[in-house]
Amino acid sequence: MNGESFLFTVFALATCLGAIAVVFSQTVVRMAFWLVISLGSTAALFFLANADFVGAAQLLIYVGGTLVLLVFGVMLTASGPYLKIATSPGEIVMGSCVGLLFLVVVYASLNGVNWRKSPAAATENSNPVVATGKTLRPIGLSFLGSRPDQDLTSDGDTLTPGYLLPFEIVSVHLLVVLIGAAYLARAKRRAGE
Amino acid sequence: MTGRRIGLIQNSKFLLVRSSMTADLNSYLFVGAVLFVCGVVCMATKRNGIGVLMGVELVLNGANVNFVAFSRYTDLGLDGQVFSLFVIVLAAAEAAVALAIALNFYNNHLTIDVDRANKLKG
Repeated sequence: MNGESFLFTVFALATCLGAIAVVFSQTVVRMAFWLVISLGSTAALFFLANADFVGAAQLLIYVGGTLVLLVFGVMLTASGPYLKIATSPGEIVMGSCVGLLFLVVVYASLNGVNWRKSPAAATENSNPVVATGKTLRPIGLSFLGSRPDQDLTSDGDTLTPGYLLPFEIVSVHLLVVLIGAAYLARAKRRAGE
Repeated sequence: MTGRRIGLIQNSKFLLVRSSMTADLNSYLFVGAVLFVCGVVCMATKRNGIGVLMGVELVLNGANVNFVAFSRYTDLGLDGQVFSLFVIVLAAAEAAVALAIALNFYNNHLTIDVDRANKLKG
C-alpha cells in the first residue's frame, strides 16, 4: 500500500464515518461538528485527486462559509418550547435499513458500468492539465471563456468551449439570492407578541 | 448449487480485496455513494429543519466527489472540476435562502420542527 492509497483510505473513512455520524447524532450542534469532519475530509480527497482549486474552494466556502451560516441558524433557533426534537428509534432503524439497501443498489449499479469508453483510453491522467494538478490558471481561463487545455480545432466530441455565460449567470444568481435571503431573514416581531 | 457457492466465495473474496481501498475511480464513486445515501437518509429522518439542510449539503458533496473523480480518472478533463465549482457556489446560495426560510418559520411558529409545518395541509 503506497502513500496515496493510505491517505485515500484514511480520508475516505473519515468522510464516510462523518456522514454516518451526521445521520445518527441527535443534537444539531453535534451534527454540525460531524459535518465539519466529513466536508474537510472531502476537501482532502479533492486534493488527492489533483483538484487543488476545488479543494481550496471547498474548504473556504463550505467549511468556512456554509457551516458558519448553519451554526448561526442553530444558535438563532435553539431556544423555545419545542427544544428537544428527537427522531423515534423505530424511524432510525427503518431509515438505516432502507439506506443500507439503497447503498447496496447504488454500489452494485456503479460496479456494473464500464466507465471508460475504450480500453485503449484506460490509461489514467489522459488530460495533462488534470494530471499535474496545476489547475488554477486553466480553471480561471475557462471561466473567462477560453480553453487552453483542450484542442478545439479538431472535430472531437468536446464539451462547450468555455464557461463565461454560466459564470455570469451564477454570479448574478448569487447576488439576487443573498439580497433575497437578507430580505427574508430581516427582524420582525414574533407571532406570539 | 456448488457453482453458486463458488460464486459466493469468489464474490466475498472480491469484497475482501475491495475492502483494502486503493485510490481508483470505483473507490471515489463508493465514497460519493455513501455521502449520497447518508444525505438522503438524513433528509428523510431528521425532524429538525437545519438537519434536513445538512442532509442536502451531504447529497451535494456526494455529487461533487463524483465530478472530481470523473475529472481525474476519465477523459472528462477540467470540465468536471468546473462543474463541481458551480455546485459549491449554488449550494452556498441554497443554504443562505433555506436558512432565511428556517428563521422565518421559527419567527412564526416558535419551533423548527418540520412536522409542525402543516398550515398548507388541505
